[in-house]
Amino acid sequence: MNVVDVSRWQFGITTVYHFIFVPLTIGLAPLIAVMQTAWVVTDNVAWYRLTKFFGKLFLINFAIGVATGIVQEFQFGMNWSEYSRFVGDVFGAPLAMEGLAAFFFESTFIGLWIFGWSRLPRLVHLACIWIVAIAVNVSAFFIIVANSFMQHPVGAHYNPATRRAELHSITALLGNNTARAAFSHTVAGSLLTAATFVAAIGAWWLVRSGKPATDQPDAAADARTIFRPAAILGCWVALIATVGLFFTGDSQGKLMFVQQPMKMASAESLCNTETDPDFSILTVGTHNNCDSVTRVIEVPYVLPFLAKGRFNDVTLQGVRNIQQDYQNRFGPNDYRPNLFVTYWSFRAMIGLLAIPGLFAVIALWLTRGGRVPGQRWFSWLALIAIPAPFLANISGWVFTEMGRQPWIVVPNPTGDQQVRFTVHEAVSHHASGMVVTSLVTFTLLYAVLAVIWFWLLKRYVVEGPLEHDAEPAAPRSPSDDEVAPLSFAY
Amino acid sequence: MGLQELWFGIIGLLFLGFFILEGFDFGVGMLMEPFARVGVGEPETHRRAALNTIGPVWDGNEVWLITAGAAMFAAFPAWYAAVFSTLYLPLLAILFGMIVRSVSIEWRGKIDDSKWRALADFGIAAGSWLPAVLWGVAFAVLVRGLPVDANGRVDVSITDVLNAYTLLGGLATAGLFLFYGAVFVALKTSGAIRDDAHRFAVRLSLPVTALVGGFGLWTQLAYGKDWTWLVLTVAVIAQLAAVALVWRRASDGWAFLCTAVVVAGVVILLFGALYPNLVPSTLNKQWSVTIYNGSSTPYTLKIMTWVTALMAPLTVIYQGWTYWVFRQRISADRIPPATGLARRAS
Repeated sequence: MNVVDVSRWQFGITTVYHFIFVPLTIGLAPLIAVMQTAWVVTDNVAWYRLTKFFGKLFLINFAIGVATGIVQEFQFGMNWSEYSRFVGDVFGAPLAMEGLAAFFFESTFIGLWIFGWSRLPRLVHLACIWIVAIAVNVSAFFIIVANSFMQHPVGAHYNPATRRAELHSITALLGNNTARAAFSHTVAGSLLTAATFVAAIGAWWLVRSGKPATDQPDAAADARTIFRPAAILGCWVALIATVGLFFTGDSQGKLMFVQQPMKMASAESLCNTETDPDFSILTVGTHNNCDSVTRVIEVPYVLPFLAKGRFNDVTLQGVRNIQQDYQNRFGPNDYRPNLFVTYWSFRAMIGLLAIPGLFAVIALWLTRGGRVPGQRWFSWLALIAIPAPFLANISGWVFTEMGRQPWIVVPNPTGDQQVRFTVHEAVSHHASGMVVTSLVTFTLLYAVLAVIWFWLLKRYVVEGPLEHDAEPAAPRSPSDDEVAPLSFAY
Repeated sequence: MGLQELWFGIIGLLFLGFFILEGFDFGVGMLMEPFARVGVGEPETHRRAALNTIGPVWDGNEVWLITAGAAMFAAFPAWYAAVFSTLYLPLLAILFGMIVRSVSIEWRGKIDDSKWRALADFGIAAGSWLPAVLWGVAFAVLVRGLPVDANGRVDVSITDVLNAYTLLGGLATAGLFLFYGAVFVALKTSGAIRDDAHRFAVRLSLPVTALVGGFGLWTQLAYGKDWTWLVLTVAVIAQLAAVALVWRRASDGWAFLCTAVVVAGVVILLFGALYPNLVPSTLNKQWSVTIYNGSSTPYTLKIMTWVTALMAPLTVIYQGWTYWVFRQRISADRIPPATGLARRAS
């Protein structure tokens, strides 16, 4: 493998891995803030115990998300130094803003939240988790602004003297319509991930609490009072997020048909330019290229609507035609992304949505009017629903990032055509052996940590709400500060 | 002062913040195990007391590094690109260390099991030693210079990264952080743990002074400017004052402050020696990456200046407030029983 391939594998693995944890953090922080607010407002201790229970899961996940995030920032310089030189004037700014306006807040206030349970007044402590919840979303905004410059460069022009892209409008960069669509879509996806997580764990516990084998009837009743509101809250947020995903995904898709026609043509395996093409449900091919694909199942009207919002009179460009067009404009190269990956990741992203959506509807039905579901299949459905949004998130980003290949900065059809860069131009000229070393290091380390992460989450979910979290600690008089035990300690 | 000078200063300040804050975090991580071994009383309580002195703050401290890195990217892309790609393997080791350290700190108390804790303690120790040594190496490499060619690209050889000067740099930062960590634990604890921390600080004081002084002097003589003599002098006086305070056990607060001044002095000395270069070329001085040929456009720098002027003071205020909230000393009695789960459900 050459250094471009190894570097791409490393970036892909580390980024996909990082984005397993991030959506759960982004979505779970506001949900925990809502739970804690419900406790502070209603004084209902069930909400306190939920805050503590999901708070622990949140922190197990937060740690690994933060730890793997530093790699992301360093990698641009380490492995994509030519890219860093080319876009640094534009791309560095949102990263620095992310540090100043988001990471400082979330990392400082998470410390206050973890250790401040009895040190801070109740409302101040509540404000801490809200600041964390806002900050994680602000960080998502800035990193997506940076990513959107790669998808659709705006606010910058090419300077031939310095041979790089240079920023001329920060408002254009921050107001990039690609960023707006991608940010709302990502936040909706994160909320779905976290809401499904909360709802499914709640539902699983409800079924468990109803089992006749339970020898502790008190514990069962306890679990019901705690997890019922969690399941219902999670289901409603999941349903709203699913609807949000359709709308935000639709507007993002319509932008992509204009901004990156090659990505969308690949997603449809649309090889030749057609008017009112059918939407493909199943296409098979033997060689992963346009010469060997057969479109097996198709639906009319859908694709024109996805692209333009109307059902006919829509002409969409095919892969072959765009390839020819790019060759004419940008010189000889293969401008086609991996057809198989773009086609299937797009479908996986959409198809996987059905699982949490279906689960949320069933769960709301089964818990209606105070009912406690006892069906074994239902607790299985809950467990299956948890990973589905994670996989959908991954599929979506694999589609977005692999669909822009071979570009690292896709030329903007209406912008400065010189602001464009391919992954081959972007990579650091390392010996590929060295990058293989780091690829293996990260992959092994990440694999071990993933196993521990999963095991810890599972262990804490199965254990349920802990006894020592049953009652909130009484507010402490300041004179005790020097001698009283810490309310929390590592 | 132009924007390029200003941004060199801001990045210097971000690294200053990182080393002043994360410096004692690294020190605490490096000292946790030695503490537990020599201390009077239960080793596990010793470890936990040490770890909890940085518990609420270490995560926020680490962001100074992330922001410093992003600021390098935004303000001096040529610097960021050259340094990060050239120091690939040291940075890989630093990343490895910091990842292992973060999850070890956060996950350590989640399972109540001695093997689990031993694993986490190893992660915390390794994850603190690696960056503590390697940041010193990395900055020494930078000050010493790299074979930058006419296009700003670097073809690095092993001797550019590992040589007597850079190894001394690594030992100096690691030693300084050890001492700094001991002084910090003495400031933040009471009872037997404080006595132990104090004993460590006394034992470390002379070798660390020699290491840091030697590295500072070498840096000054080989790469320093006239005005950095002043920085070196202040740092040496602060170090001697810290040693005297530690020996006499006069004031934990002043000893900590003096050591912080030493850390600041080392960072200012290194950045002062570098200025106005970002990566001095060992092949031809004309080829060095400087703040003038390596910077972003004035427009980008101006925007980043506004954002920093707005956010940085706020950050200092709320981080400062966090230290105020958790200002109480920690003793063995104040460590609550472990709340982690057993490895297996009962």
